[in-house]
Amino acid sequence: MSPLTYILGWPLGAAIVLLLVPRTFRPVIRGIAILATLMAAVLAVKMFLRFDAAAAGYQFEQQVAWVRSLGLSYHVGVDGINVGLVLMGALVAFAAACVSWEIREREKEFYLLLLVMTGGILGAFAALDLFCFYFFHELALVPTFIMIGVWGRGEQKDYATFQITLYLSLGALLALVGLIALYVQAGAGTFDIPQLAAHLRAHPLSPGAQGFIFPLLLFGFGILVSLWPFHTWAPPGYSAAPSATAMLHAGVLKKFGLYGLIRIALPLLPDAARDWMPILAWLCLGNLFYGGWVAMRQKDFNRLVGYSSVAHMGFVFLGIAALNLVGITGAVLVMIAHGFLAALTFGLSGYLYQQTGTLEIARLGGLLRRLPFIGAALMMAAFAGCGLPGFANFAGEITVFFGAWQSYRLVTILACWGALVIGAVYMLRAIRGLLHGPLPEAWAGVADAPHLWRKAPFLLLLASLLIFGCYPRLLTDKIKPAVSEKVAPALAPEIPARPGILARPAPDRDAPQPPDASPAALRRAGAFPRNSRG
Amino acid sequence: MNTLLLSHELLVLALGLGLLLVDLWLPLPAKRKLGYVAALGTGLILLYSLVCVRVPPEGAAGYAFSQMYVLDGLALFFKRFFLLAALLVLLLSVEFADRITSGLSEYYALVLFALAGMLFAASANNFTLLFAALELITITFYILTSFQRHRVASLEAGVKYLVIGALSTAFMVFGIALVYGLSHTLSFDGLARAAGALGGNRVFLFGLVLILAGLGFKIAVVPFQIWVPDVYQGAPVPTTAFLAIGSKAAGFVLLLRVLFLAVPDITAHWPHLLMLLSGASILYGNLCAIPQRNLKRLLGYSGIAHAGYLLLGVAALSAAGRAAVLYYLSGYLFTVLAAFTVICVALRQVDGEDLGALAGLHRRSPLLAATMTLAMASFAGIPPLAGFFGKFLLLKAVLEQAPACAAYYYLTFLALAGIVISLYYYFNVVRVIYWSANATDLSPIPISGPIRLAIYACIAGMLYLGLFPGGILNLATEAVKALP
Repeated sequence: MSPLTYILGWPLGAAIVLLLVPRTFRPVIRGIAILATLMAAVLAVKMFLRFDAAAAGYQFEQQVAWVRSLGLSYHVGVDGINVGLVLMGALVAFAAACVSWEIREREKEFYLLLLVMTGGILGAFAALDLFCFYFFHELALVPTFIMIGVWGRGEQKDYATFQITLYLSLGALLALVGLIALYVQAGAGTFDIPQLAAHLRAHPLSPGAQGFIFPLLLFGFGILVSLWPFHTWAPPGYSAAPSATAMLHAGVLKKFGLYGLIRIALPLLPDAARDWMPILAWLCLGNLFYGGWVAMRQKDFNRLVGYSSVAHMGFVFLGIAALNLVGITGAVLVMIAHGFLAALTFGLSGYLYQQTGTLEIARLGGLLRRLPFIGAALMMAAFAGCGLPGFANFAGEITVFFGAWQSYRLVTILACWGALVIGAVYMLRAIRGLLHGPLPEAWAGVADAPHLWRKAPFLLLLASLLIFGCYPRLLTDKIKPAVSEKVAPALAPEIPARPGILARPAPDRDAPQPPDASPAALRRAGAFPRNSRG
Repeated sequence: MNTLLLSHELLVLALGLGLLLVDLWLPLPAKRKLGYVAALGTGLILLYSLVCVRVPPEGAAGYAFSQMYVLDGLALFFKRFFLLAALLVLLLSVEFADRITSGLSEYYALVLFALAGMLFAASANNFTLLFAALELITITFYILTSFQRHRVASLEAGVKYLVIGALSTAFMVFGIALVYGLSHTLSFDGLARAAGALGGNRVFLFGLVLILAGLGFKIAVVPFQIWVPDVYQGAPVPTTAFLAIGSKAAGFVLLLRVLFLAVPDITAHWPHLLMLLSGASILYGNLCAIPQRNLKRLLGYSGIAHAGYLLLGVAALSAAGRAAVLYYLSGYLFTVLAAFTVICVALRQVDGEDLGALAGLHRRSPLLAATMTLAMASFAGIPPLAGFFGKFLLLKAVLEQAPACAAYYYLTFLALAGIVISLYYYFNVVRVIYWSANATDLSPIPISGPIRLAIYACIAGMLYLGLFPGGILNLATEAVKALP
């Protein structure tokens, strides 16, 4: 059995065990949930450390036939692209279970849903079968809706619940139609992603078919990732959600759509990808600018974070739109970094809300005096959000910009300016409003995280941000070979930086990739290409 | 003729008549328990069917009454389907018994007679048997619908069903007469041979359209859906449940046989008509369900939408589509019965089955709340439940045909729109159960043993079909091989 099966089996198995625990055994229920997510996290770390970056193909694979007549199978495995995502998902899930001490009613149902959601999330990122991939995602999505509805907060809870339910279901269904159409058109009789990829490399789909399926996937997945202008569900949804749900959804589940684009849409539909990517590049400016501008005007801190997460998705879209090794590597890096960051921010804002009962920035202030630990962590999260070097976000964003520069100069200039300046403005203003200035009397009684156990989830997430920020090669060394191997059909030929010295003939798009393309591409594009024109 | 071919029908009829006889000697208080006997008998017949009756191999179907009656894989699949549905409906009827003032044994017996009609319908290979089976079902349902004579709503439902049912019967008889007059045959096989030459005959096509109208009434597809909301709302809960699953499935098996056995050449030219019916039903059912406050009415409208989804599989005109219809119906059986069981048990004290009465259900009975939530999720097509895989198969069947005919793409997007709309009202039911603040009554709800068993069976069925779809899908694929 693959360790992946255990990683997603622990939460799902624990969910079944929880069914049998009487609802009055509160510590037991919480203990089971934390233990299961901890086991998943430990196993994920172990798998991440044992992962061999040099090996081609997938590792820790397991395949069990599910419905033979349709070519469905339970197939999990990791390569460089999703190994980091699984790790991030498992760590965030553990942190989310830890911060859920704020839930005081109907704990059994809450932890049950949390565990199902965790299992679904980890399954979605581990799956190598189109059907499994979608199945696990839906399995994670539905608990999200119920958790927002039952344990959510604020007056607009019901509206936000229905909005997020209908909007995300629409996105998921569009993607489902795209996936089925892909299966039907490929004619390989299998939902298995590696087999489909091999089949489609040998027999690419006609441009017409690709042109029909790709927008379905792009906008279906795009809705799930809050691609501008389909982002309106995100801020109200996250501000109404309980912190664990917001952490898991904004941090991990949302990345499903991006992962789907990189894993499925780009490699399997390369021609259409090349046609659509310039459009995506301009749309991502919508995320960066519009999301950022609206975030500047927010009065509620959670909504601000919601809009900032919309804005951050712009970086990932830009990296994907660049369609080159550096860009996509950076996109994956931002996905992982933003997962930790969003989980950290929503966890901290949940702590604030639990202490004060409000997140309205105007009513708060001076909290750093009362909350040295939480306040400091929040400040570090804000700096990470601004893209300060030392945090994983910086490494990811700068890589994305290097990648995007080769494809879209104007968009990259605008994105740099917009993202970095606007992001710094709203984040620093929020920090000033929350943590500095006079402390209103009403909040004289708020208490900091009392002991290590309460601090643990935040420390874990901060540590991850710093580790991957100071040493991003832990991730990039794994991501790059996988991207150049799996996404190769869609990658644009690299622009030779100095014609005449490094010039090499552009690879013929229609011809099969020469076997030495991957190492060559690897050498050409380090994370920081020294000779990019700038 | 081999009498064993008719064993299902004969056993069910004997059981029904036996019940009526036993009723003569039973004291009044014991009559309620007679329902358990009926359910047990139905269960034994189902067991007999599963253990003793072998699925006839392809091309070796058994015929009776000079080929009027056929026992092939398709018929057997549906016979077992109807037996299971009736078993659960009978358990539900016992639960409902205290709300039926008189003639309780007759109620059980009538359910069995309707079941016999459905069993005959599954085997119809001739317009005569088709008509006889449909009339047996419909006339029994006239009585079952208006069984609560002290309730005006029940009587109203009975009358509406009677009037519109009679109208649709008239259409159908007229259609059969036209078809017979031109083709000189009533048997499906004979018609398949004759229909090729009559494909251009307008009167013949008109006859076929009238027959389709009659069947459309049974499966509640737009524009023959007008009776559904009132009848669903007014009829006693077990009747509504049986109407929602049994009657619809009987309509579908007959539709499949007529379209693909009797007139396959003409059907091949009619995908657009079927698509139109399907799309209209999906939109109409889902849009009309949004404002409903009465749960049975809501399920009535959603039933229209589900008829539309099922027609997707028929409109695909492929074996995969037909297998998807059978699979979807199987999942629908557990889902519908789970929902109606909760309505029957949880809304015992409430007149009118108002949605608001479900408020606080999660505290009154966590099991019922969870069952209703699972049923709604399965209706909406959410994994890991049966409805999801059913919708997946239907969409796949439609998309497989799409490269040849672009209209299938429009139909797919229409179905998507319908599914998103339906999420709103299904999720609204979940909202009322779990986080509505208007709960007035918080007394726990007692659940009897057999009902608990029925609920567990429904949940297990929904989950099994959703998680391990392979088994039923293979059965469905084998069953539709009976249709060329």
